[in-house]
Amino acid sequence: MKGPNIVVCVKQVPDSAQIRVHPVTGTIMRQGVPAVLNPYDLFALEEALQVKDRLGGRIVALCMGPPQAEAVLRKALSLGADEAVLVSDRAFAGSDTLATSFALASAIGRLSQERAVDLVFTGKQTIDGDTGQVGPGVAKRLGMQLLSYVCRIPVLDMNSGRIVVHRWTEKGVQVLSSRLPCLITVLEGRNEGRFASLPEMIRAARQPIRVWDRKAAGIEDVSKIGLKGSPTVVGKVFAPSRRSERAECIEWDLEEPEKAATALWEKVLSRQPELAANSSGGGSERKGEEGDSE
Amino acid sequence: MSEAEGKPVEKKGAARRKVTLDPRLAEYRGVWVFVERDAEGVHPVSWELLGAARRLADQLGTVVGAVVAGAPSEALDADSQDAIAYGADQIFVAAHPVLAGYRNEPYARVLCELVKKYKPEILLLGATSLGRDLASSVATTLETGLTADCTELAIDRESRALAATRPTFGGNLLCTILTLNYRPQMATVRPRVLPLPAKDRRRSGEIRKEEIDLCEEEIVTKLVEFLPHAGGDQVDLALAEVIVAGGKGLQTAGNFALLEELARALGGEVGATRAAVQAGWVDHQRQIGQTGKTVRPKLYIAAGISGAIQHRVGMESSNLIVAINTDPNAPIFEVAHCGIVGDAIALLPLLTRAVRGQLVVETTIPTGASASS
Amino acid sequence: MKERFDAIVVGAGPAGTAAALTLARGGWKVLQIERGEYPGSKNVQGAILYADSLQKLIPTFREEAPLERHLVEQRLWILDDRSYLGSTFRSPDSKDGQPDRYTILRAQFDKWFAKKAQEEGVLLLCETTVLDLLREGRRVVGVRTDREDGDVYADVVILADGVNSLLARKAGIRPELGAGEVALGVKEVLFYPQDTLEERFGIQGDEGVAIEMVGKITRGMVGTAFLYTNKESLAVGIGCLLSDFRREKIPPYVLLEHLKEHPALRALLRDGEMKEYTAHLIPEGGYKAIPKLAGDGWLIVGDAGMFVNSVHREGSNLAMETGRVAAETVIELRQAREPLTERNLRRYRQRLESSFVMKDLRKYQHVHEVLDQNRHFLTTYPELVNRAAETLLRVDGVDKRSKQKEVTQSFRKHRSYGGLVSDAVKLWRAFR
Ligand SMILES: Cc1cc2nc3c(=O)[nH]c(=O)nc-3n(C[C@H](O)[C@H](O)[C@H](O)COP(=O)(O)OP(=O)(O)OC[C@H]3O[C@@H](n4cnc5c(N)ncnc54)[C@H](O)[C@@H]3O)c2cc1C
Ligand SMILES: Cc1cc2nc3c(=O)[nH]c(=O)nc-3n(C[C@H](O)[C@H](O)[C@H](O)COP(=O)(O)OP(=O)(O)OC[C@H]3O[C@@H](n4cnc5c(N)ncnc54)[C@H](O)[C@@H]3O)c2cc1C
Ligand SMILES: Nc1ncnc2c1ncn2[C@@H]1O[C@H](COP(=O)(O)O)[C@@H](O)[C@H]1O
Repeated sequence: MKGPNIVVCVKQVPDSAQIRVHPVTGTIMRQGVPAVLNPYDLFALEEALQVKDRLGGRIVALCMGPPQAEAVLRKALSLGADEAVLVSDRAFAGSDTLATSFALASAIGRLSQERAVDLVFTGKQTIDGDTGQVGPGVAKRLGMQLLSYVCRIPVLDMNSGRIVVHRWTEKGVQVLSSRLPCLITVLEGRNEGRFASLPEMIRAARQPIRVWDRKAAGIEDVSKIGLKGSPTVVGKVFAPSRRSERAECIEWDLEEPEKAATALWEKVLSRQPELAANSSGGGSERKGEEGDSE
Repeated sequence: MSEAEGKPVEKKGAARRKVTLDPRLAEYRGVWVFVERDAEGVHPVSWELLGAARRLADQLGTVVGAVVAGAPSEALDADSQDAIAYGADQIFVAAHPVLAGYRNEPYARVLCELVKKYKPEILLLGATSLGRDLASSVATTLETGLTADCTELAIDRESRALAATRPTFGGNLLCTILTLNYRPQMATVRPRVLPLPAKDRRRSGEIRKEEIDLCEEEIVTKLVEFLPHAGGDQVDLALAEVIVAGGKGLQTAGNFALLEELARALGGEVGATRAAVQAGWVDHQRQIGQTGKTVRPKLYIAAGISGAIQHRVGMESSNLIVAINTDPNAPIFEVAHCGIVGDAIALLPLLTRAVRGQLVVETTIPTGASASS
Repeated sequence: MKERFDAIVVGAGPAGTAAALTLARGGWKVLQIERGEYPGSKNVQGAILYADSLQKLIPTFREEAPLERHLVEQRLWILDDRSYLGSTFRSPDSKDGQPDRYTILRAQFDKWFAKKAQEEGVLLLCETTVLDLLREGRRVVGVRTDREDGDVYADVVILADGVNSLLARKAGIRPELGAGEVALGVKEVLFYPQDTLEERFGIQGDEGVAIEMVGKITRGMVGTAFLYTNKESLAVGIGCLLSDFRREKIPPYVLLEHLKEHPALRALLRDGEMKEYTAHLIPEGGYKAIPKLAGDGWLIVGDAGMFVNSVHREGSNLAMETGRVAAETVIELRQAREPLTERNLRRYRQRLESSFVMKDLRKYQHVHEVLDQNRHFLTTYPELVNRAAETLLRVDGVDKRSKQKEVTQSFRKHRSYGGLVSDAVKLWRAFR
């Protein structure tokens, strides 16, 4: 039995914790914002690595992005991916999720010509796009079964091509039985990332990364990528409006903290009187008890 | 987001661009909502969406449609009636045994078929695990634009297009996204971001039972089992009327018990920031914010929370926000309505007692002095 | 079979990268190891970059490197509690027509610099910490990292791991740092729109301003403060001897807050949005603190070797210079087929002694002592000069001669004639 041929989609994203908004114009100041591997994709990669640990096979890390995005592919290699492909072309600039899924699907199609792809893993979402749309989009375009928000893969049998996954939903877990090839979007926080060994790090640092332009990725029709292939248009970008008034602060006197607590609660009640009924202690008996003891 | 990154952002907005819609696209009429259902009923986000759809349709001078899908049952009919009460004019009922329990393939197929048949101009879904899964597949199949996780929906007057506003760049900015030359225009919206419309039983609407052509043999993925989350996991923060939330400022896991007590006294739920969740003090189900839940309770108490933008986007539409923070410059005071600059660890137990009515403040202080507080 | 390298460089700051780059150009197979997520991710500097040492390595750096602004104006301020007396030097460029100093953001600069080394063939591993040196007898033969299977071997190891150099200490190469030999620098980066900066500092395009500050802001501790303009941000920081911080029990951030509140700075810093706060040690021991610089199979470069000129706030250039010279030394030895023994590697120090590196450090070797023993330089004088300026400049009906007298008297009240003269001599000697 041969192990699965796996593709993991990873994206390079700006570390959004460090992004600042220009206080006057409300535009993004990217200066000095480091780019990182989308944290959700690390979970996808780890899930793929665990499959490989169990069944063998091969993992190709795939990224669409500018030349610098090579860094995240190197990281994927150091963590255990066997190969890396960067799809990079000016023609992709301005791609929205529909166009991105087209480009990634084409590249995966191309990889399939070398060796049929059994499984594609993506993150749940990116921290810059934050849409979670690219994974499902790739699945549709490739005609693969889509298994989203997966938190566990209890069964994966390469002989029969059967796969069973646990799919997270707000109310519970769906146990789904499906068939390869399929695309799995991986829920965060279900696995622990790994730490590459030194020889693996050295291998990853040396390994050449394949860089594909549009043609190499098998894309003939430019109307499906970049701005042209993107139905959505950004109308305007603006900073959220702040409320002008600041919070009304209650004096906090260290000597008499009780007073502040009472004053705060009264303030709350004056604005939301119906809360008095909500609160469990509103019962008058208890107030009575307190009064008695005094 | 990928959209915002690549494209030039015009100051005044693409809204200014006059677009003559392809005549084939001009046929598309009506604002649709996909009604998300499970065994227990309809997800409230669907009703919230119907409220927004009503508003948008009235502006466009068109009708509100709702897609109600599932296995044939009485509940399906009842939910269709409810959809009318919440604002829909036309209900498209897709009843078929294959649709018992959500699966991507049959649901995406049905929804695509209906859209192709009736050509709505706008299609809205909840930004839930189901809604996102379904919306992405449908948008890709129909090759149209989809805007995820919107917080505001409006109509751009010039282009008659849906102007869908959503947070971007880690919540630091908002951006408005339009789908100009593609139909339908699709968007998902988070639960609790939009207000729940009033239910009006007197409204009337048309219910159409659709012919559904599905057969189980053709569907590859099977739903084997559903394992509900264990009781403890099932906090429904989104629906809580009162939320007492804590952050890194509470300093230890133990201090979260103070929140729990106050929450109990108020009949509310405990929420938390990502920092507190990452510290392992609370379950991540309770995280509020960009990567957690969006909430809009009547009362939101933020204790030891700095008020990072990623947290604020999840709670700033709460009716009354109370902040307790030792730092008077903490950004949380910019969104809070009232608060105390002080130590939450000391204050929370007192507040709990005040709520319980167990705190009797001496009244010997002359009224003049107490009025100053 | 374990893989061998010709050289291992520990650290990807300016010192390590200069060494790695030079070695790779010399045809060496180099492994460079950095513990940060990427080069520069953890590094702190003011940061002013002096062109000279970098130019020797990458003559075209002006076109390629991520530089913030080139300095056209340098101010020196002597502050007391509410005023300052200062000097300004402004010139559009240096004598050869090209700017000789720039502000940089280390996170970007280090990354770029390391990329240049990688292009020369250096193999760089990040997120990997070197824990120990591997030895055979006295000879260093490789390093142990924190990764699984983490030993790796080379003919020579270059320690460029910065001021703390845990490695050098662990290996007994360098003694523990004395608190009097290091300064603790704290720094904030505040964001401003570009046009705000241009307006406030009277600059345009890529022009920049640096303000160095001394005086009462350090509350009598030995140290200085600075304010530098970047493209869209200001770097403001203050550094004092660690021993002084300990003695005075003033938390560094309090000192920085205090500095930012000074009337002279408040206006310049208005409405900034804080982007980062960092603290870092700076070796200030000077010439006398420089440890043994090489042994069998190893050399030490940059901050790890205590190469900082604290008077002129030069560090990154000395780091690059020492990194390059160390690399050139080993390349030459190998070409001459001489082994990399302690004896042969002494040439590294000899070369530094004849360069500006050691000459400058020798020049200022007494500055700290003098300041340390004469605290009034840092408190009384700033106050006196500021009051003197105030007295002389105020037009209040008092004639100028009386004003001069008043000034002289105020100086004499605080310091005797003898004291004043000896102060002048001490200072002259220290900075001579
Ligand atoms: C992509 C991304 C997504 C994110 N998503 C979320 C999200 O969904 N939800 C979320 O919450 N965060 C999110 N974050 C993290 C967010 O940026 C903040 O880091 C986080 O909200 C901070 O949590 P905090 O307020 O608990 O901690 P801190 O920022 O550390 O604030 C602690 C506060 O407590 C105060 N304090 C200290 N002691 C006391 C005391 N004794 N009494 C009272 N006050 C005290 C302090 O003054 C301070 O203001 C996200 C970040 C990123 C980058
Ligand atoms: C506040 C402040 C302001 C300054 N201003 C200026 C200025 O304006 N101009 C100027 O020229 N100089 C300035 N300096 C000094 C300058 O920053 C340093 O001299 C310079 O960075 C030294 O370079 P280096 O390569 O020796 O060390 P570093 O830049 O400290 O680099 C050491 C590298 O080694 C890595 N490392 C450490 N230990 C290990 C390990 N065990 N394994 C793997 N990697 C490791 C570190 O992560 C780091 O990347 C300033 C310093 C400070 C603190
Ligand atoms: N440019 C890209 N290159 C590779 N993978 C991507 C790219 N964009 C998105 N993805 C994958 O799709 C997932 C969802 O992205 P998004 O729809 O942007 O939230 C990510 O977690 C990645 O796995």
